[in-house]
Amino acid sequence: MIELGLEDIEALAVGAWILGTGGGGSPYHALLNLRRLYESGLRIQLISPAELDDDDRVAVVSFQGAPLVLQERLVDSRSCARAVELMQEYLGRTFRAVMGIEVGGGNGMQPLLAAAHLGIPVVDADSMGRAYPEAQMTTFAVGGLSPAPLTSVDPRGNEVVVANVGTWKWMERTSRKICTEFGSIANTCKAPRSGAEVKAWGIRGSTSKAIRLGRAVRQARQHHEDPIEAILRIESGKLLFSGKVVEVDRRTTEGFLRGKATIAAPDASEDKIIIDFQNEWIVAWRGQEPVAMSPDLICVLDSDTGEALGTEIIRYGQRVTIIALPAPPLFLTPRGLEHVGPHAFGYDIPFRSVFVQ
Amino acid sequence: MKRVGIDVGGTNTDAILINDGVVEYSVKVATTPNITDGMIGALKLVAERGGDIRGIDAVMVGTTHFINAVVQRKDLKPVGAIRIGSPATTALPPFCDWPRDLADLILGGVWIVEGGHDYDGRRFMPLDLVAVRSAARQIRDAGLRSVAVTAMFSPLDPQDESTVAEILEQEVPDVRVTSSHRLGRIGLLERENAALLNASLADLADDVIGGFRKAISRLGITAPLFITQNDGTIASAQRAIEFPVFSFASGATNSMRGAAHLSNINKAVVADVGGTTTDFGHLRQGFPREANSVVHVGGVRTFFRMPDVVSIGVGGGTLVDPERLTIGPQSVGFRLTEQALIFGGDRLTLTDIAVAAGILDLGDRSRVARIKSSLVKDVLSLVKSRVEDNIDRIKTEAGDVTLIVVGGGGFLIPEQIEGVAHVVRVANGDCANAVGAAVAQVCGEVDQIFQDVSRTDAILEASSIAKQRAVDAGASTKSLVIVDEEAIPVAYLPGNAMRVRVRIVGDIEAVKNLQLSTA
Repeated sequence: MIELGLEDIEALAVGAWILGTGGGGSPYHALLNLRRLYESGLRIQLISPAELDDDDRVAVVSFQGAPLVLQERLVDSRSCARAVELMQEYLGRTFRAVMGIEVGGGNGMQPLLAAAHLGIPVVDADSMGRAYPEAQMTTFAVGGLSPAPLTSVDPRGNEVVVANVGTWKWMERTSRKICTEFGSIANTCKAPRSGAEVKAWGIRGSTSKAIRLGRAVRQARQHHEDPIEAILRIESGKLLFSGKVVEVDRRTTEGFLRGKATIAAPDASEDKIIIDFQNEWIVAWRGQEPVAMSPDLICVLDSDTGEALGTEIIRYGQRVTIIALPAPPLFLTPRGLEHVGPHAFGYDIPFRSVFVQ
Repeated sequence: MKRVGIDVGGTNTDAILINDGVVEYSVKVATTPNITDGMIGALKLVAERGGDIRGIDAVMVGTTHFINAVVQRKDLKPVGAIRIGSPATTALPPFCDWPRDLADLILGGVWIVEGGHDYDGRRFMPLDLVAVRSAARQIRDAGLRSVAVTAMFSPLDPQDESTVAEILEQEVPDVRVTSSHRLGRIGLLERENAALLNASLADLADDVIGGFRKAISRLGITAPLFITQNDGTIASAQRAIEFPVFSFASGATNSMRGAAHLSNINKAVVADVGGTTTDFGHLRQGFPREANSVVHVGGVRTFFRMPDVVSIGVGGGTLVDPERLTIGPQSVGFRLTEQALIFGGDRLTLTDIAVAAGILDLGDRSRVARIKSSLVKDVLSLVKSRVEDNIDRIKTEAGDVTLIVVGGGGFLIPEQIEGVAHVVRVANGDCANAVGAAVAQVCGEVDQIFQDVSRTDAILEASSIAKQRAVDAGASTKSLVIVDEEAIPVAYLPGNAMRVRVRIVGDIEAVKNLQLSTA
């Protein structure tokens, strides 16, 4: 168990945004919230999954809803903690620790927000290793773990427990409805996990990975070094392409932001990459040839600052570098690929990792 | 129609007199610490040269004074902050992301009450009127006279902010209220920050714009006074006193608007080459394209409507290092006429290089005769590649663009540039910012979320609201033009939600009427 310093949290905000792979919402408000909590003297501990006993209970938290609504409602750490408390009241037992459903974007900060009030540690793990749009796109769903129960709360004291559902898809549908009624943003505590489940099906080391990434970027910036090179070095990433955004096409369908961004080479070679997105970057193409695809992480970064660029804000003219980071091994099995491989996003192409030549 | 356009910059105050769109007189004087004197000096100079300043229809002034006050932490006043949004939002109270030194100057007190709306217009919570009245009385007792009011989703439904403003007016004598929905978009913290900054500038706005008014009336000018805004439009003096933050970035905007007017080109990239920097911006329908993201003002995060400008350290006074073959970003600035080689100084500047290359005839050419022609060539090609790179950055679509060059250092921009179809240079380009002020228009804007309607209907609806707002601000109905429309789908909201922004501008045909109403 280690105590996280404020520097670690600042780094986590940068790293979580990169692991957001284009989505997940900005961690900015959560960072502000955590700075204030640290100022008031609260501290957060990080434990590795190995430190959990098999029968420990672990709360799994996330925001559900539209990042845009959060721009007005603002993040509130007490609501994050309240979703966990409600789950404890429902189950009649307490949690040993809390973890996040996804390390990418604002949700990467969520377990810290809850933990600060609950006085329990954050587990250094998540179930996506990045950000994904839907509830069944997790290693827990891949592992066939139970999708229920779930608690969903809003700051007005509206609190719902979803006791049972047939499948992960049903959990996605029911909880999404509740979230919509709450104003399209809700704090949720997902199905609790045992220590054994976290060890078997959690993606280990996600939080410390995000911190490491963020720290590398911040240090590179301080020393006027190339932040992208630093990222690739410490995470064994692969540089895919560098160029300029020449076209962005966005539309919403079924509540998701879909579209594609075209990145052209800066020289006269006419080489270009098109990246399809569904909230997050999903498949990168060179002509008819897919060059990278989920579950490999596709990250689009500002070529100068290394800052991640979201699918909602990327625009013409930006100088970007596309990199790939390795997928969590739990997603590379046939079952894993069913949930988050190209087929899960409607592509009729076989998965081929950029890290396997 | 005759107008005077004045740009009060940090170094120079430029004034021009424009008659039916044609620049008749242009002058440049040094900006004075008391900016009113510089303005009077410039106007007197126009009159001395024969300009009939009393026969004009409007005086349009652009000033960087308010943004300088924030950056320099000067003349700011304590503010009461009322936020409507409890029980949400309380974890991140007003001023929570401000630099401490600025918050210490401005934070007069914070009250967060229940109320506000949701993204779809439903009520979030009923407005807690008891808490509002109690806050108003505490504000009165604390001696605060300027208040910023911010409600959750107020750009969609401003009702709660308006109710709170009414209560403040009942309870607090001589109160000045800034309602956040008048200032900005979705993004509560950033909109609130804008409201807080605005409220803190209330007294300064009174003084400065009051000073402008006195200056023009002392010169016998009876024409109404307008202040130019970040977005290239104008506000009446009265409105500018209410919303000083809207004139934060008027300098860059005015030079781009001036470039559009002087060249008669509406779609182009503009390069404003000064002594220290070159600003590149993109004109779309005659207006600068706005930055789409966060803008920090004096360390405070906001979503102001500011032009999207890229600045590089290339200007007439930029220093050249002949050993390492680098340029800038250091510059001799306004000391060019003492320190550049051609003026007898000992610093090698880009102006010296231009004289050596024969593209500029200035100062004593013999003093640069010994500069190697290979160095001249290398430096100019360095400038060229910097220019090309940044033009490419500011472009909004593929293909060659037109480049309009304004500003005193325009000679640094070559004729042949990669990605540029042709380079346009204009007469009076060195006072483009004052011209931009003189030709500013009025604007109406909408930024709202629409659901369950087609994209076309949403834009139509937004346009009709924006039109009404433009007319309310003084635009003539027949001159209205849509300059910007954008519909962005919003992820995770049901009902095919999209956020629509529409901006409409028009000429201030009703100057005479406005004069009556603002006098």
